[in-house]
Amino acid sequence: MSSVKKHYSAWSLLREGIGAQTGWSKAWQDRDPAGRYDVVIIGGGGHGLATAYYLARTHGIRRVAVIEKGWIGGGNTGRNTTIIRSNYFYPESAALYDMSVGLYEGLSRELNYNIMFSQRGMIELAHSEAELEMMYRGVNAMRVNGIDIDIIDRAEIFRLAPLLNADLNIRWPVIGGLIQHRAGVARHDAVAWGYARSADSLGVHIIQNCEVTGFDVKAGRLIAIETSRGRIAADRFGMAVAGHSSVLAGMAGFALPLQSYTLQAMVSEPVKPCLDIVVSSSTNGAYVSQSDKGELVMGGGLDRCPSYAQRGSFPVTQSVVAPLVEMFPSFATLKLMRQWGGIVDTSPDNSPIISPSPVEGLYLNCGWGTGGFKAIPAGGTVFAHMLATGRHHPISAPFDLSRFETGALIDEAHAGVAH
Amino acid sequence: MNPRMAQGGAIDRTKRLSFVFDGVSYEGFAGDTIASALLANGVRIIGRSFKYHRPRGIYSAGPEEPNAILDLRHGARHDPNARATLEPLADGMDLRSIHANGTAARDRLAFVDRFARFIPSAFYYKTFMWPNWAAYEHRIRSLAGLGRLDPASRAASAAHCHAEVDICIVGSGPSGLAAALAATQSDKRVMLIEERPELGGSLLHRAATIDGSQSAAWVSRVSQALQDRGVQVLRRSTAVGLYDHNVLTVIQKDVPTSANGERLWLVRAGRIVVATGAIERPLLFANNDRPGVMLADAALSYLRRYAVKPGKRVVVATGNDSAYETALALCNAGSVVHLADTRPESEIDPALAAAVRGAGVDLLPAARIDTVIGRRSVEAVALDNGRRIAADLVAHSGGWTPSLHLYCHAKGKPQWDSVAGGYRPGSKVAGIETVGAAAGLWDLDAMLQHATASVGGQPGEAPRSGTKVRQWTAPLAAPGSGKRIWVDLQNDVTVSDIELAVRENFSAVEHLKRYTTIGMGTDQGKTSNVNALTVLAARTSQEISKLGTTTFRPPYVPVSMATIAGAERGQLQWPIRRLPAENTHRQEGAYFRDYGGVLRPAWYGVEADAIAHECVAARNDAVVFDASSLGKIEVIGPAAAALLDFVYYTPMSSLGVGRARYGLTLSEGGIVADDGVVLRLASNHFVVSCSSSHVAGMVAQLEAWRQDRFDLGQVFIHDATAHWATIAISGPRSKRIVAGFELGVDLDDARLPHMGVAQAAFGSRSARIARVSFTGERSYEISVPATLGARLWQSARDAGASPMGIEALGVLRAEKGYIYVGQDTDGETMPHDLGMAGPRSKRQDSYVGDRSLITPTASKANRKRLVGILTDGSTPIPTGAHAIDSNAGRKRSIGYVTSSYRSVHLGHPIALGLIEGGLHLGSTSVDFEHLGQSFKGRLVPPCFLDPKGVRLNA
Amino acid sequence: MQQFPCPWCGKRAEIEFRYAGDAGVKRPERSADDTAWAHYLHFRKNAKGPAKELWIHSAGCGRWFLLSRDTLTHEVAGSEPMA
Repeated sequence: MSSVKKHYSAWSLLREGIGAQTGWSKAWQDRDPAGRYDVVIIGGGGHGLATAYYLARTHGIRRVAVIEKGWIGGGNTGRNTTIIRSNYFYPESAALYDMSVGLYEGLSRELNYNIMFSQRGMIELAHSEAELEMMYRGVNAMRVNGIDIDIIDRAEIFRLAPLLNADLNIRWPVIGGLIQHRAGVARHDAVAWGYARSADSLGVHIIQNCEVTGFDVKAGRLIAIETSRGRIAADRFGMAVAGHSSVLAGMAGFALPLQSYTLQAMVSEPVKPCLDIVVSSSTNGAYVSQSDKGELVMGGGLDRCPSYAQRGSFPVTQSVVAPLVEMFPSFATLKLMRQWGGIVDTSPDNSPIISPSPVEGLYLNCGWGTGGFKAIPAGGTVFAHMLATGRHHPISAPFDLSRFETGALIDEAHAGVAH
Repeated sequence: MNPRMAQGGAIDRTKRLSFVFDGVSYEGFAGDTIASALLANGVRIIGRSFKYHRPRGIYSAGPEEPNAILDLRHGARHDPNARATLEPLADGMDLRSIHANGTAARDRLAFVDRFARFIPSAFYYKTFMWPNWAAYEHRIRSLAGLGRLDPASRAASAAHCHAEVDICIVGSGPSGLAAALAATQSDKRVMLIEERPELGGSLLHRAATIDGSQSAAWVSRVSQALQDRGVQVLRRSTAVGLYDHNVLTVIQKDVPTSANGERLWLVRAGRIVVATGAIERPLLFANNDRPGVMLADAALSYLRRYAVKPGKRVVVATGNDSAYETALALCNAGSVVHLADTRPESEIDPALAAAVRGAGVDLLPAARIDTVIGRRSVEAVALDNGRRIAADLVAHSGGWTPSLHLYCHAKGKPQWDSVAGGYRPGSKVAGIETVGAAAGLWDLDAMLQHATASVGGQPGEAPRSGTKVRQWTAPLAAPGSGKRIWVDLQNDVTVSDIELAVRENFSAVEHLKRYTTIGMGTDQGKTSNVNALTVLAARTSQEISKLGTTTFRPPYVPVSMATIAGAERGQLQWPIRRLPAENTHRQEGAYFRDYGGVLRPAWYGVEADAIAHECVAARNDAVVFDASSLGKIEVIGPAAAALLDFVYYTPMSSLGVGRARYGLTLSEGGIVADDGVVLRLASNHFVVSCSSSHVAGMVAQLEAWRQDRFDLGQVFIHDATAHWATIAISGPRSKRIVAGFELGVDLDDARLPHMGVAQAAFGSRSARIARVSFTGERSYEISVPATLGARLWQSARDAGASPMGIEALGVLRAEKGYIYVGQDTDGETMPHDLGMAGPRSKRQDSYVGDRSLITPTASKANRKRLVGILTDGSTPIPTGAHAIDSNAGRKRSIGYVTSSYRSVHLGHPIALGLIEGGLHLGSTSVDFEHLGQSFKGRLVPPCFLDPKGVRLNA
Repeated sequence: MQQFPCPWCGKRAEIEFRYAGDAGVKRPERSADDTAWAHYLHFRKNAKGPAKELWIHSAGCGRWFLLSRDTLTHEVAGSEPMA
């Protein structure tokens, strides 16, 4: 049974404003798990919800359940720094992430949910001539791959981000940089909620507070999962649980090439608009954008200590703030308002794993590390294809788990592309 | 009537301070906060609310303040979001309201409130989709944000301080002071942290008797005792975060020795006592956001601490006992006070009732405020029984919420106490004690005993109090629907927004928070979180205990980013490495660049032809360049050779004593990690060189395998990179120049051949000379103790060698096809891609990366290989240009140019690159693209000059 | 900020250390098949909860050692030299 999705629009706001807001309906229903589905997706984050949506909408498969141990979007989807971009080096990555940017461009209208995708552009800075030269290699690679990317000079950088320090004698002088024009930021919760609402309206069951407690594998095939709300069988199972991928894989009897770390994010107090573009530095690892509410949203490198605690240490917070203050001297007068962490599952080549697992009937979507949010629509699309057909979408094929055995790594880490 | 009372308060009336707010001048006293000074001057409207631009006044007296956020300028200091309730008033402060279009008193955007019904929580998700968000974003963004960043403002750096103590007590209210006293009984290092300038916490404005003394006297006595017993007391210090293994981050203000006046402490404590008190919980009623509506405890605080009477006709609204003291105090100060208690007379302490009635307070049992009347300020209050009371101040108290933030940072789980109607600590967290109001205790005597016991004190030692407290908190009834009742003042969230969220199924606590933005403002929901849960519980028919809370996150109050950055400012941040002889190079007119984290001379003199001249001198005469940053890692011991054989792709055990060998190291994935020359000084003594940027990595790699596979007594690693300066003299005239240094070495080529190394002496000190060449010319690398590098350099210069920088070196080595690992290799390059396939096919023993060299990918046919690239014409193909294959119909990159130069010596451009298939592509033309431009090149072996190496011995 | 007990130097702040992988991983012989080699290179336990890890006291004595800790609660059970 699918729910009728009430259409969102300025008119609906006007009507409900007059009518004391009583006409709004649930964005998604809370379902009790059925005993059996065609496809069960474990993980109610952006990737899991998007996968369910595309299964229903593109492949017509609607007997689908999304199982989430907490509240949907409560993992990395609700904790990231909301950046969307596709400036990746290898053609396989470019295809995946640029597909995602393209899907994000039309997503608000498609889902009838304003995800507030602001394609304000993203600059990556080069702090030395040597770095700028290395940047040419990457920029050319991306242009060959069809990404909208340009090298920009100091004058253009300071025009786009006037608060940057123009002094050449600072620790991180701006020598030059690259820009991806179609990159930007979006409202992360809205992406999860938008996909959930649409998936729900197509008949997908969204089941929160339902934790997987066991895998019933018979003769190498997954036939059902045990959960805190009962046993659920399905023809195919997809796992999109990010930092917890190894935990669930362990339950199902296999290992993964993943390591879970804390990635911190933090926001300043809100101020009037002062930064209209995303700025990042792959040298010192720090990056910043300004949310529509006015907070500076900041991030940097991982806490390099395996952890599921979602906290992070103060020295790493300092290592994000310090370079930003150096690059944007007026930021030093602002205050840090809130700091949190997520659990990122990093892979050896900083590229995702979209693949059948060693257990038949169980498929993997993980290893996105620090870069999963930007890929939600594409991840959902290719994972839905895999769950619908049992085979790779052409764009996901290079990200198969077997690449670690053949050595065909897609090493975005050493391609010098920051996460 | 002047709100400032003629007497009383802890202010210094001899020190008048002037300040400006929204363009109007006012006066206050030393000891005022900005908030108390504004109230004293009768300023009621201090800002406009975030969404609806409603007038707002001062709400509290502490960090929980949601409204009084001001733009502050004072001298060089600029704070766009200063919290008026915490900020001490200083002379000459220029304050502005933020977020109003105009002033707080006259906001041109005030009309927005009339359209409130059309812009409830999360309205922006339901519209702004056509044509796209970009069409609306600019406008919406300009309406958001609080203060305004000043692009010209700067903040000085702050100091960071570390402390390790046995017991750290956070908060100096009665419980904190009792715990501190008890903690000093043993021989422990004790630290006490207090947010305010004075110790005492709530005792500063609430009357109590402890050990026979009035609060102030007791606090004074205890403060002295703590000082006498050596307790480290940090005043004006807020503990903002509690991190792993009992580390507190504390922000201390008013630090005269710190450039920005602040100091960040990192305190590791054996035990932490959380005595952070409680924050008053608001009552919920319609229009509870009007100026003149404030928390009851705040009203008492302004009266007693700052001698400011915040209202003449007061309605105190409460459901617990704590607000009675406020009613009494205001009444005794001359205000007309009505006290509306939601409890029926039978539930009110008769003694309290008698006390307030006796003073002249109009006590109204079983009475609840329905709505506040007045637009710009409180004018009257309508009770639920229909009665209307004229008022200019509503002081309300819905109970108290223990400040459990630090406990929660440490992963403590609060539990809901339905009797008290509040949270208290739940699970025990090792190393953390929670005492006082923070633990949900209200009775003063019980608090003092509990706090004493928490640090191991004896019950008999505890201070005693006769001040009885019966009920300071009680369950709060959820309000009815249909009116505008604020829950989160800063983010403008009302009860109907919560109802809307529930209606749309955003009923999980985190969903509610993100949907409505409750608790996400700069006050972090200190006065809104619990009320939001109460309403959520009521509207979803659940118990609050089942709901869970949102996670408290550091920092407890916003912290200046300059303070967080601390000393990591400017060049102290990730310090760049420098050459020992840097000053010499500067005197020589060197132009410096950052090469992989080392500051090195790029060229000497003016760029236009400097590089070309240096190249010419290197090939025709002699140059000197500073190679000191290259790694010099000593590997010593009987197992040194075996270790190097394992770590290196190129075997080193067969290297003769007095010889040098170029080798590659790989990662375990088979990827080229670094290269360098290994010198063998003795059978048990090697010196490993590696590129400047990889020294730390190389040392780590050697140590890793040493500790994993070898007897630690058989081989040692010693990083001597910084101990030696290495000066290289290169060129046809190099031998003659080096001969003049009197190094005590026979320079005959038979005794010191190319790739030979010998011990030498420079003056009275040891030195080393190696014939290693990165230019392709005869070269001598001389290593001397680092402090003598400048002198050796000067000797070479005196002998006529001209200085050469890294840019010229880059050209010369490229002419020879010598690679820079990390530039001419990438994340996929394996040794056989560089033409070094020997060890891969020949070695039988184990070495790092061995198995990775025979995976399917390692063995595939079209791997990228190192090639030389020539082009017609005089324009070099830019570094980073990609080679393009268009055969399959789609454009595809098949590699790229890794290094590209104009070769002066050869008279044409040269380049190196990594191209699929390498020279198998033959000499046919290859297309290259760079930023939209096209180039053509042809592939040749990667060595353009003297492939037999004759010049090495010229 | 965590504190780890270096077996030689005692309790030190976490910024002095570097994580070096799962403990107990054996390097296969060159004859290992692609699967075994891939598992050695890339596959991890990635435990949520008690874990035995290799750490280096890189800003101190430089020694590698085994650390028993909990990746969820960050409790440290103890440390010992590598076998």
